Amino acid sequence: MTEERILVLKSKLSSFKIELIDVNGTPGVIIPKENLLEVCKILKNDNELSFDQLVDAIGVDRFTKKDRFEVIYNLRSVRYKDRLFIKVKVDANEPNSPSLVPIWGSANWYEREAYDMVGVEFTDHPDLRRMYMPEDFEYHPLRKDFPLMGIPGSLPLPNK
Amino acid sequence: MSNTIIDRQPEIIKSKILRALESNDLSVQFSDSLDNEMILNMGPQHPATHGVLRLLLSLDGETVMKCVPELGYLHRGYEKLAEASTFHEFIPHTDRLDYLQPMANNVAYTLAVEKLIKLEIPDRAKYIRTIIAELARIQSHLLAIGALLMDVGAVTPFLWAIREREKILDLWDLICGARFTNTYTRIGGTAQDISEEIIDGIKKFIKEFYGNLKECRDLVERNKIFIIRTEGIGYLEPKAVIDIGLTGPLVRAAGIEQDLRKDDPYLIYDRLNFDIPVYDDSDALARYYVRVEEMIQSARIVEQCIEQIPAGPHNALNSKKVLPAKQKVYTKMEELINDFMIINFGINPPKGESYGAIESSKGELGFYIISDGSGYPFRMKIRSPSFSNLQGLPEMMKGCFISDTVVIIGSVDPVMGEADK
Repeated sequence: MTEERILVLKSKLSSFKIELIDVNGTPGVIIPKENLLEVCKILKNDNELSFDQLVDAIGVDRFTKKDRFEVIYNLRSVRYKDRLFIKVKVDANEPNSPSLVPIWGSANWYEREAYDMVGVEFTDHPDLRRMYMPEDFEYHPLRKDFPLMGIPGSLPLPNK
Repeated sequence: MSNTIIDRQPEIIKSKILRALESNDLSVQFSDSLDNEMILNMGPQHPATHGVLRLLLSLDGETVMKCVPELGYLHRGYEKLAEASTFHEFIPHTDRLDYLQPMANNVAYTLAVEKLIKLEIPDRAKYIRTIIAELARIQSHLLAIGALLMDVGAVTPFLWAIREREKILDLWDLICGARFTNTYTRIGGTAQDISEEIIDGIKKFIKEFYGNLKECRDLVERNKIFIIRTEGIGYLEPKAVIDIGLTGPLVRAAGIEQDLRKDDPYLIYDRLNFDIPVYDDSDALARYYVRVEEMIQSARIVEQCIEQIPAGPHNALNSKKVLPAKQKVYTKMEELINDFMIINFGINPPKGESYGAIESSKGELGFYIISDGSGYPFRMKIRSPSFSNLQGLPEMMKGCFISDTVVIIGSVDPVMGEADK
């Protein structure tokens, strides 16, 4: 992303409480949960920003007391050919975040994966099922308190 | 068929899966849907699903009204495993992601790690990696179009494509000693240098490849059955293609010029001269053409690389991050210590986050790595193109026939090892 584009981004989002970060050369924004949908609408629909493609959502378990979880969205712009990361912090007491499916359709499966692996619930998601694990599995494997070897008995084996 | 599978699971899940299958437009169009509707379970053990992909199809006669893909039959938890292995230890695991082009996965992973630790690799290593990444693209596309053609009933081109693929596997054997699970790249370079003999082998392969590919194309491209079976099948509007987040040949077949090799050049792609094939039709036929043209461009890239490849070391000079050569480990004290430290404690990247991606044959293959300063990644997310490309299936399959589902899956070219991680 060029310097000019970052300035445009700053001016367009100046009315929100956002924080600009640098992900090893790629810009990113930390957005409060309450403003997420509004900011994302601007990011997608504004002609000068035009981040029209969502290519990934990453669920992270930071294992801290406050803001334990984090969801990172990976955006690409087809017109300007560059990339932007969005970060949303989610507390463990109420592990939910607004779903971005109404804005980018591709968020559907990415958020299902993040829900399956880390256990962040996405409110207003049209079809929040698990992506990889069976539906009756109780745990979220990519949480830091889930052991690497798994929990015995958590996956039922077929009867002999 | 549907009853046996869904009934075994608890009530809640049953209702969840069935709810996903029901659609609003379906009940609007057919008032007596119970008479017409049938649910067909396709996969996970189905030869045309290219692995363990399971599709639940809701049918009206022979027409597909709705399709719900179910993933996870090959889920091995690589992201959890990555958190328990050092950065070097994870390289063999990347072979098992997209097992039709392991070399490209190796390149993608090591580039992402090098971006995290800010390590510049020597020119020769960059050229070697470009050559193997492009050969891997040819390897993967050959199987993709071969399988697509076999799915529509043409067996000969499949055999001819596999014959060409076999030659690339033989080249892998010369380059790194393994045909299938290569594990060739290392952080900071490659495991071995490539010899003159290998370069001659690659030259010979590329020289024959143009003619052999043309032979293959002559068989099918004027074939009426092939064109009727693929033209207009699996159509997706360019707007929907962007909205669903598809990348790779699927995007370029929809008239959008998007390629990380041009948009955000990595390795030495900015020094090379090549085109990005773009087609407008956004159907199975256009995707076939994009893949074929890309193979020709890849062959051009390999030719240029072989002309320009410089002499020099194939590994970066950084004793704390790059594994030393094996002969030195056995004879020199300093190298033995470095080898011991890297193997046992890892390369300890600085605290921080990094995202590195390449344009693999299926689309954007990226690794988002979060490091806490220890030898193990704190979190590693694999952005696999097959996973997000599969998300386009429900949209593409609306209103097609059952026999077309096979063609559509072939044109998307998913690899379940990568989609399920």
